[in-house]
Amino acid sequence: MNFDKDLDARGLNCPLPILRAKKALNEMQSGQVLRILATDPGSVKDFEAFCKQTGNELLSHAEAGKEFTFFMKRK
Amino acid sequence: MADQPDVALIEQIVQRRLDEILPQKIEEKLAQIRASKTPSMTIIATKGTLDWAYPPFILASTAAALGWNVSIFFTFYGLQLLRKDLSDLRISPLGNPGMPMKMPFGPEWFKDMAWNIPNLVQAGVPGFEAFATALMRQTMKNKGVVGIAELRALCLEAGVNLIGCQMTVDLFGFSREDFIPEVKEYCGAATFLPMAQAADVALFV
Repeated sequence: MNFDKDLDARGLNCPLPILRAKKALNEMQSGQVLRILATDPGSVKDFEAFCKQTGNELLSHAEAGKEFTFFMKRK
Repeated sequence: MADQPDVALIEQIVQRRLDEILPQKIEEKLAQIRASKTPSMTIIATKGTLDWAYPPFILASTAAALGWNVSIFFTFYGLQLLRKDLSDLRISPLGNPGMPMKMPFGPEWFKDMAWNIPNLVQAGVPGFEAFATALMRQTMKNKGVVGIAELRALCLEAGVNLIGCQMTVDLFGFSREDFIPEVKEYCGAATFLPMAQAADVALFV
């Protein structure tokens, strides 16, 4: 999937992945896609809740080994 | 005489109609208000140790990330969390049986061991608290947990309001110079409580 910005949140635990994502999204324009890499297992649920609350769209999420990849579209 | 409106009948009809439509209209209006209202949270932070520093800042920063309005009222030992220099935050396992004590170094089987150190040792051995604090810091570093100073900075960046309790500032002989300049205001309970009342979530840590 194409993305406009990349966020490496691997090795960071709650609440950093969410906080970093929020910061990254602030710098993006509406409609752009942010790719997030994370290793925090709690981040899956966290990002779903974050998108639900903020109106950003979680396009997809995948897991490969211990690594999670999220694609989020800025609202 | 037939032109006189039957007031009683009209009243009855209106009453019945209102009973039918009002509950739904009220429900719709309430839902509308709820949907458009920005959620808000207030936290009262009363503890100043390294472990208790985390809950208020993590909750506040996460809520702020979700778009909420957040205020934290720091009182009593919570004032430690407003200090300019946070490197001195400590933790004590003394009398704290809920605190897991595992060594943050060594082979996996060693790290898995839970150390049950008797209170007598903890109280008697000088420097034990500093040791425990160092181990806790190492544990947090190993697991990629953010430091309190950075977490607090993130809170400020996200627009969390940090409020100091004037009464306990005076009580403990602190001056505003001891604290970070970003503290939004210093006030008392009477000023803070209305904020808590208006918030959706009010927490006491």
